[in-house]
Amino acid sequence: MNGRITTLNRLQRGIVPLVLLAVFALSPLVLKQYALILLTNTFMYIILAVSWSMFSGPTGYISLAPAAFFGAGVYTSAVLGFALPFPLIVITGGLASFCMAFLVGALTLRLRGIYFVMFTFGLVELLLNFVLWWEVTVTGTTGRVVPPLGNTTVFYFMLAILACLLLTAFRLKHSKYGFALQSIGQGEEAAAHTGIHVTALKMNTFALSAFFMGAAGVVMATRWTYIDPRIAFNPTLSFLPVLMAIFGGLGQLYGPIIGAAIFTYLEEFLITRFPYHYMLIFGITMVIAIRYLPDGLVGLVQKAWKQWSRRKHGAAQG
Amino acid sequence: MALLKGEKVTRYFGGLAAVFDVSFEVQQGEALGLIGPNGAGKTTLFNLISAALTPRPGAIYFKGRKITGLSPYRICRMGVARTFQTVKVFPDLPVLTNVMLGASFGASPGLSWGDAAEEASEILEFVELSAVRDTPAGELTLANQKRLEVARALATRPDLLLLDEIMEGLNPTEIARSMELIRSIRGRGVTIIMIEHVMKAIMNLCDRIMVLHHGSKLAEGTPGEIAASDEVIRVYLGERAHAGS
Ligand SMILES: Nc1ncnc2c1ncn2[C@@H]1O[C@H](COP(=O)(O)OP(=O)(O)O)[C@@H](O)[C@H]1O
Ligand SMILES: [Mg+2]
Repeated sequence: MNGRITTLNRLQRGIVPLVLLAVFALSPLVLKQYALILLTNTFMYIILAVSWSMFSGPTGYISLAPAAFFGAGVYTSAVLGFALPFPLIVITGGLASFCMAFLVGALTLRLRGIYFVMFTFGLVELLLNFVLWWEVTVTGTTGRVVPPLGNTTVFYFMLAILACLLLTAFRLKHSKYGFALQSIGQGEEAAAHTGIHVTALKMNTFALSAFFMGAAGVVMATRWTYIDPRIAFNPTLSFLPVLMAIFGGLGQLYGPIIGAAIFTYLEEFLITRFPYHYMLIFGITMVIAIRYLPDGLVGLVQKAWKQWSRRKHGAAQG
Repeated sequence: MALLKGEKVTRYFGGLAAVFDVSFEVQQGEALGLIGPNGAGKTTLFNLISAALTPRPGAIYFKGRKITGLSPYRICRMGVARTFQTVKVFPDLPVLTNVMLGASFGASPGLSWGDAAEEASEILEFVELSAVRDTPAGELTLANQKRLEVARALATRPDLLLLDEIMEGLNPTEIARSMELIRSIRGRGVTIIMIEHVMKAIMNLCDRIMVLHHGSKLAEGTPGEIAASDEVIRVYLGERAHAGS
């Protein structure tokens, strides 16, 4: 009896994501090119925001490295270009970022607070300048051409990465390792003395999150078709996902999804309406949102819901 | 063979020797009391045993194996668990989850998350915290947070349990309950080292007492011997009698 109920619950929980996946999978049939590109963009930001929050949410280590891992994917795409079947390039790019994050993690995850933030951001600048130097002095080029794939193909690859990421993030969050990550954020010393291999868990999770950022970079590069180091390692791609995730709320998996979706559209809207001041308006909106929404949008809604249901309950009693 | 052995354990902070040249042995099944004035180095000694700090110089052996230089998580899995003088529960996680983490990661072999839930429930029953199992740990009273730390430590299935002032800040009723708890933990065959300023508890619960003063070992013996030692009375017990505690 009990078993049947939980199976049913599981099916019910699984149905919503599956329906959404089906809807998105069919959407290229009806969407215009512009809408499809916008949706792909949104997926990219969701991937960055969710994979960022997969590590930084529970542990409280604020990483500003997304642009570095994304950029590693972009360059993998440009270097491998025609050499491999595209799905293999996506995986290679992901693995490149995974390995890089693992090494960076080994060096930096002992740092706490602002030092970790600064080092991870320094990594973006370091890579940018290293690749710039390499391209100029070794290969003698400034930019590279990436073979284009077509908007629909790009969309499907982005959707596939997003689906894998969400499944991974969900399973991680509800596993013992998900709780161990939270315990690290709430008391790293106590976590270590409770038997948690804190360093390994942090490094692996940091690397896993970088895998998805790198994979997204590989796919996005094919849409840009021409890339150079400044496009690939754009610091904005470190800041935006972090702000989006915090704006949406880190407590729930759908927080960063909602945050990224809203801000991608907001950015698009502002760019078309206020082409000259959009960055300013965008930034101010972000700052205000984060200042007044400590638990993000999802936290705000949850609080409002609790108050409302309490009031309803109270009214029914009185 | 002693369960735990320390050889000339020393730790400096800058020029200050927080623990200096302390050698000790703890036998299987024993309860050792660790006392001394504030700043004597008691907590630092716990940090050295549990590998939060490394002795320099000195060596620590557990079950005959040298554990100096190992990571805290390894030492926990080998069977040394501890609590913290300033409580360090995971405040936003439910009480049950706090204990499950111990069972799942600290025990060796670690339990699956499902088995950990069962084991954690039993332990919460044992420490009488079942009623608050779903409460975020940070919302518990200080007394219950200290109990929760004991429960989390027990979940790692320790052979040796280090208790750092788990009665500090508790009222007399809570202290009595705490003493009861320590007795029943001993009943499970767990070896205990406890730091405590509550002399009644130390005298009643411990087989042996070690006194630290300015980082060095001042005296060691049965509760009766320690209570009768002029030197201990001079630097510690006498001072406490003056303070009226
Ligand atoms: N991490 C540390 N850094 C510097 N000094 C420390 C540190 N931990 C403890 N000390 C110093 O070492 C001495 C012993 O401290 P502690 O072991 O906490 O004493 P006790 O637990 O016996 O009260 C004190 O003088 C304390 O200030
Ligand atoms: Mg102390």
